[in-house]
Amino acid sequence: MRRWQIASFALFFGLWELTGRWPVSPAFPPFSNTFLALIEMIRDGTLGKAYLITAQPLALGIVLCAIAGIAFGIGMGLSRSIEWLSLPVFIILQAAPMAAIIPLLTYMYGIGMGLSRSIEWLSLPVFIILQAAPMAAIIPLLTYMYGIGLTSKVLAVIMLAAPVIVMNSYKGIRNTPPSLLQMCRSFQGTRVQEVVKIVLPHAAALIFTGLRLGLAMGFIGIVIAELLITPTGIGDLISYHSSTADYPKMFATIASIVAVAAVSLHLLQRVEFRLFPRD
Amino acid sequence: MKTLLSLVVWFVLWEIAGRLKLSTIVPPFSAVIEAMFEIAPTEKFGKAAIITLRSFGLGMGLALVVGIPLGIVMARVKGIGRLLGMWVNIFVSAPISALVPILMAVLGIGETTVVVTVFLFAVFVITLDTQVGITHADRSLVEMARSFGAKRHQLYTKVLVLSALPEILAGVRLGAIRGVKGVVIGQLLVAIIGVGELFEVYSNNFLMEEFWALVLIVFLFAFAISEAIAALERRVEYYAASR
Amino acid sequence: MTEAIVEVKGIGKTYDSGVEALRDVNLSFPKGQLSTLLGPSGCGKTTLLKIIAGLLPRNAGQVLVKGKPVDGPGPERAFVFQDFALLPWASVLRNVAFGLELRGEPKEKREEVARKYIAEVGLKGFEHRYPAQLSGGMRQRVGLARALTVDADIILMDEPFSSVDEQTRRKFQEDLLDLLRHHQKTVIFVTHSIEEAAYLSDQIALLSPRPGRVSKIVRPNVDHSRSPDEIRRDRGYLDTVDEIWGMLRQYV
Repeated sequence: MRRWQIASFALFFGLWELTGRWPVSPAFPPFSNTFLALIEMIRDGTLGKAYLITAQPLALGIVLCAIAGIAFGIGMGLSRSIEWLSLPVFIILQAAPMAAIIPLLTYMYGIGMGLSRSIEWLSLPVFIILQAAPMAAIIPLLTYMYGIGLTSKVLAVIMLAAPVIVMNSYKGIRNTPPSLLQMCRSFQGTRVQEVVKIVLPHAAALIFTGLRLGLAMGFIGIVIAELLITPTGIGDLISYHSSTADYPKMFATIASIVAVAAVSLHLLQRVEFRLFPRD
Repeated sequence: MKTLLSLVVWFVLWEIAGRLKLSTIVPPFSAVIEAMFEIAPTEKFGKAAIITLRSFGLGMGLALVVGIPLGIVMARVKGIGRLLGMWVNIFVSAPISALVPILMAVLGIGETTVVVTVFLFAVFVITLDTQVGITHADRSLVEMARSFGAKRHQLYTKVLVLSALPEILAGVRLGAIRGVKGVVIGQLLVAIIGVGELFEVYSNNFLMEEFWALVLIVFLFAFAISEAIAALERRVEYYAASR
Repeated sequence: MTEAIVEVKGIGKTYDSGVEALRDVNLSFPKGQLSTLLGPSGCGKTTLLKIIAGLLPRNAGQVLVKGKPVDGPGPERAFVFQDFALLPWASVLRNVAFGLELRGEPKEKREEVARKYIAEVGLKGFEHRYPAQLSGGMRQRVGLARALTVDADIILMDEPFSSVDEQTRRKFQEDLLDLLRHHQKTVIFVTHSIEEAAYLSDQIALLSPRPGRVSKIVRPNVDHSRSPDEIRRDRGYLDTVDEIWGMLRQYV
């Protein structure tokens, strides 16, 4: 395995170096220049600082998503009407500005969807559409309600990550093997025991997958937000170096975010396979 | 049918929310529908739609022409599969929009950038799913064909690709959805052509009805393509493989 | 005649699709004996078993356990599933103790009981393995141990050995009879294997398909005190198998 990986990297960077040296465009630097630029930016701290800024809305968005999105997705999978679970959500809704309806409604229904078949019927089509839809178009709108600050960016992350997290949680719950549920009933397990001891542990694997995919979408969301709304952090670095035509540094920044996304997702996948081995 | 009913409920909620003026950026659903019918026949929209469809079509076409054969090669030639596999996996979930500024710098601000954006958004998932589909193609079918003396190219055309068709189509469907996202994001960033430009214009001038109408149109387009391919998938699943 | 611990009277079941699975089924199951429901696919034997277990609702008739009508699952009946139904994320020990866990028994006590039955089914030493690490036969032993652990009087087994290879299956049948000698249980068994039914049962109810009905009740004349290999060559056993096949072949 190792040999192939090294060969693969070598091939990629080798090609990059070659094409970079070819005078196709001044804006496409060869790998070596990019690498040097990367080192420089790490050394003088600009890269680190940028990531710190970018990481905030990303982390915030994902954590909010994880808590709410998973809760809702689980709710969506279960079929009992439990009103007290939906109540806090309504309270939040009352306090929040109504423009947040889109992301918040998607959340609200996680719990509702599981609790009642009628709510599931109501929500599933929305999520299916949301997964296919180019949410990016709505991102610039966020600036009108929330300005160009942290909130817009967090919402952008949430908007892109939520559908996939909710859907995966929901599917994990719905796909519980009926045989296990029957077994639980045959030993006179209560509905609560069924959910806690069977449905949730079984769904855990898919919920985690949902989180991982949600993080991937979150990365996409934050990059788009930083390119479309107002550049901060990484987006700022990219725009700045683009405007000053410092292409090696611009490339280096972009390569770094792709690499960070790739590495963190890969690590998450390793964890996932450790925790939930597949036969 | 039940699904449609569900959406109707949402449209009603939207209408109410809009009329109550709950938010400045959410107009009533009826106003949005009205706007849809107003802008659709206009020349401006027509031009934007053509540019967008053209970019989308070109980008997707390229993605199919490159992605499917590449996926097949990666599945059949283990060496290439291992060399390229890592990169395909990285780029399948990577924030490709980060690459758009580079594309703009190298290819300029115009349609080419958007086409390449669509291509990049779609190609990796198409390649990956094709590779998976071919790898998991029914072994016994291949053995059977071989035992009856099938030549190499016959194996591919008569057995492998057909057997992998469900996965390939699934990849194409996901690729198409991503392609739509790609064309929207590409145009938003480039900001001077197609629907991206229209989005800019509408939002800058606070023409919310038009904005949401356009959003609906784009969403519907993505959905329609996705469903069309899904229908194809269902047909194919029936006879392609019994797994 | 031994008293019946389970009786079904006039059981009828029609699925939502309109298919009539069972019609007017009347049977009694003697206490302490192994009764089998035997028949070709589609005769409703698993449906009947699940109705007795309380896992499927019925459209007509009654299920009486110890003389009282029952509607859902109960502590006096334990079910062994065809596909094992083990929790993949739990150890063998936890799986076997699961029935007691659902009852709220304290951990120490239920693990103690579970260990006893784990040893009895021959899985001693495997307490901390996971189902994925076990063979099909071992997984079913876990399922059986789980059913024994809750100390139910009646054990319902739904084609328990059909997902297991032939050699393991034979051993299983022999071990099952051994086990039942030591524990006073009533067993209701579903299978489509004539040999299996003839070997194990005190009473076989033959079911005919579409809709499921009891066509005959056979009491095999098998001397269980002899060795398993001798039994399989015994005249009484072979005659029973022939007799049953004669009655069932028309449905194939």
